[in-house]
Amino acid sequence: MPDLLLELFSEEIPARMQAKAADDLRRMVTDKLVAEGLVYEGAKAFATPRRLALTVHGIPARQSDLKEERRGPRVGGPDAAIQGFLKATGLARIEDAKIQTDPKKGDFYIALIEKPGRATIDVLAEILPVIIRTFPWPKSMRWGERSAKSGSLSWVRPLHSIIATFGLETEEPDVVKFAVDGIEAGQTTFGHRFMAPSAIAVRRFEDYEAKLLDAKVVLDPERRKDTIVTDAKQLAFAQGFELVEDQVLLDEVAGLVEWPVALMGSFDEEYLTIPDEVIRATIRNNQKCFVVKDPKTGKLTNKFILTANIEATDDGKTIIGGNERVIRARLSDAKFFYETDLKTKLEARLPKFEQIVFHEKLGTQAERIKRIERLAAEIAPLVGAEVEKAKRAAHLAKADLLAEVVGEFPELQGLMGKYYALAQGEDASVAAASEEHYKPQGPADRVPTDPVSVVVALADKIDTLVGFWAIDEKPTGSKDPYALRRAALGVIRLIVENTLRLPILNVATSALGGLLDKRPREAIVDSQELPSDLLAFFADRLKVQLRDQGARHDLVDAVFSLGGQDDLLLVVRRVEALGKFLDTDDGKNLLAGTKRASNILSIEEKKDKRTFDGAPDAGLYELPEEKALAKAIDQVKSEAGSAVAKEDFATAMGAMAKLRPAVDAFFDKVKVNDDEPKVRENRLKLLNEIRAATRAVADFSKIEG
Amino acid sequence: MDALPAHMRPERSFQGFILALQRFWAEQGCVILQPYDMEMGAGTFHPATTLRALGPKRWNAAYVQPSRRPKDGRYGENPNRLQHYYQFQVIMKPSPPNLQDLYLKSLAAIGIDSSLHDIRFVEDDWESPTLGAWGLGWECWCDGMEVSQFTYFQQVAGVECAPVAGELTYGLERLAMYVQGVDRVYDLNFNGRDGADKVTYGDVFLQAEQEYSRHNFEHADTAMLFEQFKMAEDACRKYLAAGWQENLKSGGNQKEHLMALPAYDQCIKASHVFNLLDARGVISVTERQSYIMRVRELAKACGEAWVHTEAGRAV
Repeated sequence: MPDLLLELFSEEIPARMQAKAADDLRRMVTDKLVAEGLVYEGAKAFATPRRLALTVHGIPARQSDLKEERRGPRVGGPDAAIQGFLKATGLARIEDAKIQTDPKKGDFYIALIEKPGRATIDVLAEILPVIIRTFPWPKSMRWGERSAKSGSLSWVRPLHSIIATFGLETEEPDVVKFAVDGIEAGQTTFGHRFMAPSAIAVRRFEDYEAKLLDAKVVLDPERRKDTIVTDAKQLAFAQGFELVEDQVLLDEVAGLVEWPVALMGSFDEEYLTIPDEVIRATIRNNQKCFVVKDPKTGKLTNKFILTANIEATDDGKTIIGGNERVIRARLSDAKFFYETDLKTKLEARLPKFEQIVFHEKLGTQAERIKRIERLAAEIAPLVGAEVEKAKRAAHLAKADLLAEVVGEFPELQGLMGKYYALAQGEDASVAAASEEHYKPQGPADRVPTDPVSVVVALADKIDTLVGFWAIDEKPTGSKDPYALRRAALGVIRLIVENTLRLPILNVATSALGGLLDKRPREAIVDSQELPSDLLAFFADRLKVQLRDQGARHDLVDAVFSLGGQDDLLLVVRRVEALGKFLDTDDGKNLLAGTKRASNILSIEEKKDKRTFDGAPDAGLYELPEEKALAKAIDQVKSEAGSAVAKEDFATAMGAMAKLRPAVDAFFDKVKVNDDEPKVRENRLKLLNEIRAATRAVADFSKIEG
Repeated sequence: MDALPAHMRPERSFQGFILALQRFWAEQGCVILQPYDMEMGAGTFHPATTLRALGPKRWNAAYVQPSRRPKDGRYGENPNRLQHYYQFQVIMKPSPPNLQDLYLKSLAAIGIDSSLHDIRFVEDDWESPTLGAWGLGWECWCDGMEVSQFTYFQQVAGVECAPVAGELTYGLERLAMYVQGVDRVYDLNFNGRDGADKVTYGDVFLQAEQEYSRHNFEHADTAMLFEQFKMAEDACRKYLAAGWQENLKSGGNQKEHLMALPAYDQCIKASHVFNLLDARGVISVTERQSYIMRVRELAKACGEAWVHTEAGRAV
């Protein structure tokens, strides 16, 4: 079966867009083919800086013919109906229709519609221009003479030529005839911009890829990446060093070259006094070069690896020289910034924060730092951190935001703060908090463990959450511009993974107090409800996290539903114990029994329009099962109650298990809706007691299943 | 190029370098303009780019434009940063299909051989909030150094470009430093002579950098500048209002504008005054945004006026 080759040759496509564009092209073309009834065998798409290419092989040469019988109006029916039928079926005269006899309904016209399949090349000529015109580039542009008119083609950068051929392996393929905005599809492409710029005539994918390779274009990005990594490692290894691998950089660099040539350059060793992270950021972000480390020390060496797009006639000497000049100038700037930063004490930077607005309604950065300090001092004893250290750490943690190096490389925030704090002789824990308090940044990020860092991390995140809650900037749907979900998850992980006891409601109330001290009240909404509203948000995040871990998120509801649960660590422990309990037979049966009790109660409560609170009357028990259940409930209440008081949820669950035989026996032998109203009421009260007893550990009615 | 005397060669002298670029673009049919006689932050502000990019008429021009970036002053102590430097600007409307090739040939004309150097087009989306303008294109890299900006204008002064113009901006000092092989801008050979006859970039501009840095950061009269901003803004609006009239040729049902250029001068003025105030650090973060918006409003109003002038409209 024939194959399609498509190439869209343009000016340089941004590296970050290439992979998705190749994928979109493959998906759009193959989806359209399938929708046209053309099932293909395989497809593969590629991107280089100057071209998107697609090969689809094994496409049928034609669509299959379609035969369809369409039933029309009754013979002798109204003329309008017959005319409509002719129009809809394309028949010239009604005599061309067949007549079908139906014993019950009489005679009907039947049209036999034969839709012959079209040649695939014609289908392609129709669908390809549409795909090109509707291609989903993140940003596209117009260009040239034609951009004066409306409806001109939009592409990521000017599109110069199109190859579209279709045919069998053994034959000369045909060009798919179409044109988009004056560009006619053909079978010509061009090689490397500098090394082989001439036009190349191609027939099909196999010779296309091979001829491009001859013309110094490696079509497959994976192959370009392989070449870069292999050569870069080799260059480093030859000098006894090791490449610092960097997948994101590799992806980008492979999108900047059609013919990758790795070259090694070096810089003056004096720059190695700059922290490794700063050197790497300088060389990577600004110059898109790899750095190299010494495997013996693990530290960077004064080498870098660049990826050129040509084999230069002087073997790259000029290119290396040029890159070395630029990197020298960049590192010289970085060194200057770093050394300038070191001359200023961190606290000396703080007054400037009074001029920097954090958020219009939440005041300046300086106000925010003061709030974090205050909150940190308050949380410190709960976390087991020294109050003075926590305050000092909170005081300095944001100071590096105004440092020169961080201005240049925002991703080094925190890390530079740590270096500068150590350089000015701060306590190691205080210094570490500069870097650590931003963590965890996401579900995969590490959670800090040093108490001082934990305190500042919590204070920073809780202040953020309370602040944005107070001005009603909560996340909605997919919108979470202040990353509040991430902050809440961070708080949860900090607490749970460090097994901290932190009464969230109190802490949130206190944080809100700190906010109200300084900010005008009119900016703040619904402050009364805020802490419990925020707690509900934590509950949601906890559910999401448990669900992501494959745990039962309904148990979170069952625990929060008890009310007053603002100790996240206990909530998690309770949820864990509950989960384990429900995995046992006792747990499952008790849950079933409790649910049954709840169901009966809610039906009867509805019927009588009353609740059945209050202690049952022991004098009204008639059957031994009633007495046994009442006794079991008393016992379980006291055992579970005292276990919960000791925060021993496993024991509490164990106590619950004892309830199960009594509940089972009760439902087995006792008729709840006794004819005697007093007995009935008493039995309903007993059922209510089951529900009450289980509430020592969770609200079983919220548990699914 | 072999016919050139040594001191005029682009790799020997800064002035020879500029002349080589001018000659190259003149060969491509560009009108070679002289710098605009006002202070501005970039060559794009020149009306030959900002205004001429608008409207359907063909326009090909190239010129050197001194660019003032008050904040970038370093008292002459930084080897690369200047508060006054030169941009070489090319604008071609509509953008020709071979603009990239022309650009590469222009590099060859100033001595950058593409078989020795690694020349790359790296994504860079250009946006000027003050001009209400955006376009797509690249930073052009030569051996890892950004040497030019290459932009296909999509919108300027709030008006869609139809047709699209291609814009090239060369950072002249940086490119010349590379071609001459010097690491400090002040060491550039300006006139291509040797010995006692040699004039360096430092001889011409070092003192100016020192004096203007003092001015920009320490002494620029902020009270006067705030007043000037206001005056330029008011004048721009006044000239714009005064310039509108009925187009008599069209039978009175279309408007035309008769003073877009003088009005736009005041927009350039306001923009530069804002840059000076910004360098003096007297504009707060929140105010900054509103000043940028105010300049943009002027630019947009000027663009709207321009497309109703003889040079800016259809036919």
